[in-house]
Amino acid sequence: MSNPYIILPIVFHMAAAVILMFCWFQPRVQKLLSILFSLIGLGISVWLFRLVWHEGFQVTQAGNWDAPFGISFIADTLGSTLGLLSSISLLAVSIFSTVSMREERIKFGYFPTLHFLIMGLQGAFLTADIFNLYVWFEVVIISSFVLLTLGGKKTQLEGALKYVSLNLLASTFFLIGIALVYGLTGSLNLADVAIKIGAVENRGLVNMTAGLFLVAFGIKSALFPMYFWLPASYHTPPAAISAIFAGLLTKVGVYAMVRMFTMVFIGDTFMSITLSGLAALTIISGGLGAIRQQHLGKIFGYLIICHIGFLFAGLGIFTELALVGTIFYLIHDIVVKTNLFIVAGLMNKLTGSPFIKEQGGLYAKYPLLSLLFAIPLFSLVGIPPLSGFWAKVYLIQASFETREFLLVGSIIFGSFLTLWVIAKVWSESFWKDKPEASSSGKPWSTFSTKEKWGILVPIMFLSIVSLYIGLAAENIISLASRIAAELMDPSAYINSILGMK
Amino acid sequence: MEILLVFIIGLLHAGGLYMLLRRSMFKMIIGLILLGNGANLLIFLIGRLVKGKPPVIDEGLKVFADAYADPLPQALVLTAIVIGFGLQSFAIILIKRVYNVLETDDLDELNSTDEEL
Amino acid sequence: MKSLIFRTASIYLLPLLLLFSIFILLRGHYLPGGGFVGGLMAGVAFLIHSFAFGLKETRNIIKINPGFLMPIGLTICVLAALAPWIVSLPLMTGLWFEEPFKFVGMVGSALFFDIGVYLVVVGSTLIIMFTIADTV
Repeated sequence: MSNPYIILPIVFHMAAAVILMFCWFQPRVQKLLSILFSLIGLGISVWLFRLVWHEGFQVTQAGNWDAPFGISFIADTLGSTLGLLSSISLLAVSIFSTVSMREERIKFGYFPTLHFLIMGLQGAFLTADIFNLYVWFEVVIISSFVLLTLGGKKTQLEGALKYVSLNLLASTFFLIGIALVYGLTGSLNLADVAIKIGAVENRGLVNMTAGLFLVAFGIKSALFPMYFWLPASYHTPPAAISAIFAGLLTKVGVYAMVRMFTMVFIGDTFMSITLSGLAALTIISGGLGAIRQQHLGKIFGYLIICHIGFLFAGLGIFTELALVGTIFYLIHDIVVKTNLFIVAGLMNKLTGSPFIKEQGGLYAKYPLLSLLFAIPLFSLVGIPPLSGFWAKVYLIQASFETREFLLVGSIIFGSFLTLWVIAKVWSESFWKDKPEASSSGKPWSTFSTKEKWGILVPIMFLSIVSLYIGLAAENIISLASRIAAELMDPSAYINSILGMK
Repeated sequence: MEILLVFIIGLLHAGGLYMLLRRSMFKMIIGLILLGNGANLLIFLIGRLVKGKPPVIDEGLKVFADAYADPLPQALVLTAIVIGFGLQSFAIILIKRVYNVLETDDLDELNSTDEEL
Repeated sequence: MKSLIFRTASIYLLPLLLLFSIFILLRGHYLPGGGFVGGLMAGVAFLIHSFAFGLKETRNIIKINPGFLMPIGLTICVLAALAPWIVSLPLMTGLWFEEPFKFVGMVGSALFFDIGVYLVVVGSTLIIMFTIADTV
């Protein structure tokens, strides 16, 4: 169904960023406007999601050029769901950053860049053109570069250098992959490529192209041998920036991977074995890395890697049930990881140290806050009925059905490691007494009322969303099943882009 | 002409990878730039080189009757160059800042984010 | 740089290059050129001026903060891209006036988009230039 207004999320965030740029030197105005724009952005995403849910796919052809020639934008269920989730994360983070971000960072253009980042994400979720996807990726990474280097402390610059160089390399690989796809099929429209790539006789070349995309998206989503930039950089920026990165940046790589490997590069045993193997190794290495760390940001950074493995496991198994698991986990992970990094930022502030050895006594001092922190921490582990549980059930069931016992083992092992890590964090930071010698943090009572609400509202908001995902799981499962069915049979997607009935 | 371009692309990629593997920060950026240029040339070449045939259809025809120049790779390359320009200038400013703060060009010494546990 | 020839030349080069960059911008739709190239050329014009007279002088003649050129350019781009929504066509559809204007040629939404790109590119090159020069 043709609808020219589906690119509204992209255009709106671009306009928001531009308006924020005009208020460059007025931090107070920027803070208020950013919250307002995030709320409107959330409204737009909800509208788009409801429209797609009730009326099916919405398509628009940019420039009014017909499908295989112009750039198509399509709002399908997966894209609009992820757009909705990124708006939710943006709202939480923009409220959180009004109190946690220092004035000088805001004067360097923090808020406009944040909205540019979300614009890039929305674009990536809505486009149906591979080169356009590349452009949105670049918008995302250049905004993330700016966010990561803002302020420019020593460790931050170092982390940024690693992040920037590896992401630039990934972009180059992506570009080479695009060149090969264009050479093979003569088209860049996802739907058109999906039809034409089946007729290519040289399967070796197709597999090589798939390999290039695997490396490019693998670097961006922190897959096993290519994740080293993530633990080196994610703990360096302020908590608000880490939160939006943790929630969304690696997930857009996963999204691109899901799109390409369910539409274009399908039905190749070698690729699916590679994906399963990499997923298992990602889970294990991420989990083991998290156990070894003492820095709270790094622990959670390694946990991101571990859980990226869960997402790829479903893609490697590639049955409808496994994709339900992957999509469910994706929905759960975006919300929980954003929340987790906001919570980690607050824990650092309260105890005055990012190292869990030097933290402690949080539960004795703040029992109610600890209870609130427990929601994201234990959702991450997947203690039923919290949100992480359901996705793992589907993933394990799917890997049993396809007899991939290696994956079953690594998923269970990964969950166990996550449990261990979270239990360690809980006992060190919450139950243990605060060590005498360590630096004292900023007690909760010294926060002003505005600061208290600015921190509590986003955490509570995201916790409510993740509780909803866990407790009203049947809604999310029906959403994930619908997405998985659409991914397994992309003919509806292809037909609505190419305008065939 | 194609074969020449193929060799140039190969050389650019090889040179880029070689520079990336060096220990110097500055050479790494040069390597990334070379790789990016190699990728751009690859897109350009993959659209097939056609000499002196504009991508314009004669009036009255519906499809191309003859071999024609493909305009799309040029548009793609232009976009990729513009994006590359932005990213590379950012990266250059970044390594300059890193050099000023850390006072080293050696990538092996940039390990303070990894060392501490 | 203290070369008299270079200084004298750059006084004349600046307006010439700026004029040429606008020429490049306007011919861009059907011929080689366009907003990006024109913007870069304008950036180079200011760069030459700053080589000859120093950054301070260049900042003085630009007058407005280049940081504001980017949002202005982006606004023009967004509006030009959204203009087809008025007649309920998809984003970025080219809308053109029937008759060509004097000196300018055909005027349409694509031209305004290009002008926006031009401003963004001038703004960002100037920012990059000033940032690099400031830290030297």
